[in-house]
Amino acid sequence: MASPSLPRWQRLTPWLPPLALLILWQVLAQTGFISVRILPSPASVAQAAWELTLSGELPYHVLVSTQRALLGFAIGGGAGLLLGLATGSFRQLETLLDTSLQMLRNIPPLALIPLVILWFGIDEGAKLFIVSIGVFFPLYLNTFHGIRSVDPGLIEMAKSYGLSRWALYREVILPGALSSILVGVRFSLGLMWVLLIVAETISANAGIGYMTMNAREFLRTDVVLVGILVYALLGKLADLIARALERFWLRWHPAYQS
Amino acid sequence: MHNHPIETAAVAAPQLSDSGIALRLQTIAKHYGQRQVLHDINLEIKPGEFVAIVGRSGCGKSTLLRLVAGLEAYQAGAILYDGVAEDRRHDTRIMFQDSRLLPWKRVIDNVLLGLGPDAFPLAQSVLNEVGLADRAHDWPARLSGGQRQRVALARALAHQPRLLLLDEPLGALDALTRIEMHTLIERLWREHGFTALLVTHDVTEAVALADRIVLIDEGCITLNLPVPLPRPRERGKEFAALEEHVLRQVLKQNHYPQPLELTADPLWPPAGQVRWAI
Repeated sequence: MASPSLPRWQRLTPWLPPLALLILWQVLAQTGFISVRILPSPASVAQAAWELTLSGELPYHVLVSTQRALLGFAIGGGAGLLLGLATGSFRQLETLLDTSLQMLRNIPPLALIPLVILWFGIDEGAKLFIVSIGVFFPLYLNTFHGIRSVDPGLIEMAKSYGLSRWALYREVILPGALSSILVGVRFSLGLMWVLLIVAETISANAGIGYMTMNAREFLRTDVVLVGILVYALLGKLADLIARALERFWLRWHPAYQS
Repeated sequence: MHNHPIETAAVAAPQLSDSGIALRLQTIAKHYGQRQVLHDINLEIKPGEFVAIVGRSGCGKSTLLRLVAGLEAYQAGAILYDGVAEDRRHDTRIMFQDSRLLPWKRVIDNVLLGLGPDAFPLAQSVLNEVGLADRAHDWPARLSGGQRQRVALARALAHQPRLLLLDEPLGALDALTRIEMHTLIERLWREHGFTALLVTHDVTEAVALADRIVLIDEGCITLNLPVPLPRPRERGKEFAALEEHVLRQVLKQNHYPQPLELTADPLWPPAGQVRWAI
């Protein structure tokens, strides 16, 4: 992490390797050392990105993908959060559900693709299902763990200070579990894009995955690269949002104080 | 006073002090499974009195405090608050050895825990009393150990308890901070008039603060000694003599034969020859 006290040139240091790589890539492509079909030059990728943006194609596909990702995250993550809160708070629910969930957790979501295609066809439902299942478990596990690892001393203290059940939940248990829940959110956001990419390359008629698969058919390597870079940017963006949430919600925590 | 019937205690309580609870423990017994932790505990505490419970670690002193706090159930006997056996949790507040501040709440909000937002001026004034008014909006992680305990004390006082239970609240603090805290606790106790029950392994602390020192050994009260020193207490000859006396009792020097578990183990010298690091 770059701290603001560092001089400017030192803050730019982490960006030197990618910059050097970019220059090398441009030089190699321009001199014809690597074939344009294998790896077009950065300039032509930028050109393609610009054209796709102007034509409205790129914004459209990004919008479709983002909507899918967020909807899948909301469904799967929301369910994971609620179920984690429930099993974390009630022993009986844990006994009833936890073993089954731990079993299901070991199935890779992508292994379900054939089944999902049989169930949902190649519609929106299939992609949402894959994303939802994938983001469900990190949030479920971390929420459950967070609730269970709240300091019992704090709970005892709060009870002895006359906090009612709901107040205890709101003031002690939820904030105590929050750092763990946010770890789950970060994991889920990472998985969200990975699963969406795979789901979109299987079958879609819109979205970044569709755009790249379509470009592949026409040997437009530059467009494929644009798609890959957009995924990278979106993944980074999701991570930045998760980190911002952590910094805000965990600002009491010594690890997040500057 | 010790043998007064319950009715007298109940009637007498309001006359003695409005702000302190009268506490009476009758033949209390507590065991975890087969292990007897406390038995036949009889203790009477006057309203506004400051009583220190001392003893080696594991003697059951903290358990006794938790019973009084209503945090644990006991198997036999009765605890009477102002002469009645009903729970007085809303009048009772505890200070724990670890401050148990909520790290995600700022200092002032920790003090406000369990109180409505209209208690804000009160919370500020108790923070002022413990000398931390200027830290009201800091996170607890930013405070030192002594400051955290002062916030915990303020949090307890904000509820205007009639009975304050102190479970080795200074155990983790350094010697200088302890002495400061002694002065602070004594001053606040005198101003607020609550009944105080302090559990400690530090005999000096007990002599410095308490009106009476109760020694618990192997689940029984083996000493119930008033401390006749005038307040504020200076650490003079009398103080030292009393401290020595209590310490000898705790260590069972010149006392009855060594406990069984010690004589049974040849590796251990008799208890009389050991200075315990308590």
